[in-house]
Parts: sequence; C-alpha cells; structure tokens
Amino acid sequence: MTDEQHQAHFDATIAADTPIEAKDWMPDAYRQTLIRQIGQHAHSEVIGMLPEANWLTRAPSLRRKAILLAKIQDEAGHGLYLYSAAETLGCSRQDIYEKMLDGKMKYSSIFNYPTLNWADVGVIGWLVDGAAIVNQVALCRTSYAPYARAMVKICKEESFHQRQGYEAAMAMANGSAAQRAMLQDSINRFWWPALMMFGPTDTDSPNSAQSMAWKIKRHSNDELRQKFVDNTVPQLEALGMTAPDPDLKWDEASGHYRFGTINWDEFYQVIKGYGLCNHERVGDKRRAWESGRWVREAAMAHAEKNAAKAA
Amino acid sequence: MTQSHWPLYEVFIRSKQGLAHRHVGSVHAADDQMALENARDAYTRRGEGSSIWVVKSENLVATQPEDREAFFDPSDDKIYRHPTFYTIPDGIKNM
Repeated sequence: MTDEQHQAHFDATIAADTPIEAKDWMPDAYRQTLIRQIGQHAHSEVIGMLPEANWLTRAPSLRRKAILLAKIQDEAGHGLYLYSAAETLGCSRQDIYEKMLDGKMKYSSIFNYPTLNWADVGVIGWLVDGAAIVNQVALCRTSYAPYARAMVKICKEESFHQRQGYEAAMAMANGSAAQRAMLQDSINRFWWPALMMFGPTDTDSPNSAQSMAWKIKRHSNDELRQKFVDNTVPQLEALGMTAPDPDLKWDEASGHYRFGTINWDEFYQVIKGYGLCNHERVGDKRRAWESGRWVREAAMAHAEKNAAKAA
Repeated sequence: MTQSHWPLYEVFIRSKQGLAHRHVGSVHAADDQMALENARDAYTRRGEGSSIWVVKSENLVATQPEDREAFFDPSDDKIYRHPTFYTIPDGIKNM
C-alpha cells in the first residue's frame, strides 16, 4: 500500500472507532505524540512514588503504613504497565527513562509539590488520584488499544487509592482541632495543583486539537477539570473543609460549580522545571539510576553466565 | 560484553477459573526467573492468577496486519466447516 492508502485506511479506522493496535500502520506524528504522552504518563507514576514515600517511615499507624506501602507498590506497577504500552510503539523504556532524567521528557506537574504533613498523603490519594481517575477513565476509550487496556487496568487500582485517601482525610476531619487544621492546610496547598493536572485551558493547549482528532483524547482539558470540580466539591463539604477559592460557587443555571482562575504563571514555571521540588525529584531518580548501575550490570552478567552454562 | 539493557518479556496469566493463559502485558528482567517474579509482583497482586508464562518478546512471531486478507481469507469460502451449513429435519433432538 502507498502512504496515501495507509493514511486513508488509518483515518477510516479512527472514524469507525476501531482501536489501533501496535502492528497497524499509523502516521508518524500519531506514534510520536503517543510515545510522548504514554511515556510521560509512565514517568509520572515513577516520580509520583517520591512525595508519598517521603511519609512511609513516618506513617502514624501500622494500618496507614501498610496501605501507603501497597499504594506505592501499585504506582510502580502502573509505571510498568505504561512503559509496556509505550514500548509497543517501538521506543525503549531505558531510552525514554533517560530522557526523563535529562529533563527532555516531562512528568505530571503535581509531583513537584512537597509533602509537608501527614494529611498530604491522604489528600494526594483523594484529590490527586481523584484527578488522575477522571483523566484516566476518559482515556479508557483512547484510540490506541494498548494504552486503553493499560488505563482499564490502572483505573481499577486507582479507585482503591482514592478511597483510601479519602478515608484517611475523613479520619482527620473527625479528629482533633489540630488534625482538622492539618487537613485544611493540606487542601489549601494541593487544591490548585490538583486542578492544574488537567493541563492548560483549551484555548492554550497546543497538542489538543490533533489529539482530539485522532481520538487519543476524548474530552478537552477544561471539560475534565470541570467534571473533577463537580465531583469533588461535595466530597470537600462532607469533610467540613473548604477550598482555597473565594470564587467557587454553585451555578444553578449551568448545573456546574464555577471556580476561580488558575495561576498559569505558576503552572508554566513548574512544567519548565522551576517548581518547588523539580530539582530534588529528578536528582533523587538520577542518584538511584547511577548508584544502581552496578546492580543492573551484575544481574545481567549473572544471567549471561547462567545462559552460557545452560547452552 | 555485558549490556545493561534488560530484555523485554511478554507475560501471560491464567486466572483461577480461567481456561487459557491471556496476555496481560510485559516486564523487563535480566533472566527468566526474575521475569516470573516481576510478573507475579506486577500482575497478580490482587489474586488475578494461578499460572504465569513469560516469554522473551524476541521469540514471538506475529502476523502482519497488511497480510491480514491474504492470510485469513481462504477460510471464508469453506462454509461447510460450520455446523449451521448442515440442515437437519425439525424434530431431531439433542443435535
């Protein structure tokens, strides 16, 4: 087939909502944008282990500690599923991982915020994983099948994270005045960063139009952000907490919550590498990579020796 | 020479009530045993399976999408392979 025929077949496949599989022909730009998106999604899972792991040794009860450990283990697994999906597009995990370490690929802006108290762990589970679920449920119907399958798998596990996070927040909301203050402080710090997870506004999102046309994205950033706010405000109220947004109010006419303007300057600073923890996060991962090199090489040398013995 | 790139393995799991192994994803590992252990940790944390197969991705051979027609077509005109091809009089039971 010629390129034009391939392109026509691809367009028809997308139009018919038939998923694209790894061995199907696809436009190079489609492949590249998926490697970027799935790769960065995978990096986010890996970097996202750091803010929560910060509290692992200091979790206030053995139950909360075991839950947090299980959750971080899930994040590692999610990273793995996503790297698998990315690799079906012909990239190598090691290659894109090193691009992340070199700052040539991004990860979610949210993980550049520090975890300063225990409540942050609950709030990350509830708000951050909550935002991730809204995003990822929408991606369960993305046009690239290996990505869609990874999302289905991940969403099942993310809902465990969101519920455990909300339960931890609830314990604090029903606790002492000091615990309630700690929870409110955490919400104040994570509310806007969670809203930023949905990306730039529709008018300002360079990849959106093409991704929507290719059905990689099924809903716009602003649609998903709105859905998250609508879902989350009642959960916030049930905790007896408030959002740090004086403009947040119910709009009867539209059936949606109206909310204030996001600080986009801050958002762009963070994704360019100048957020609160960017340096520390990538530094930690680079240290782990460099100091683990001899272990990876030892494992490979041992495997080669055994293979040679068996041959 | 030792390379630091660990090879890719495809993972197949048979669930507790499952009849067949189903492809669930892949893992990187230095050797077969590590691939099995990583697959167990990543893909069976919630009791998903009772048997795991791992196979190096380089050992898999797949059909090509562009060959789909030529490759699968010949079976389309052999309708006598399907039980619905054969007419049986009404009233014949258990068939």
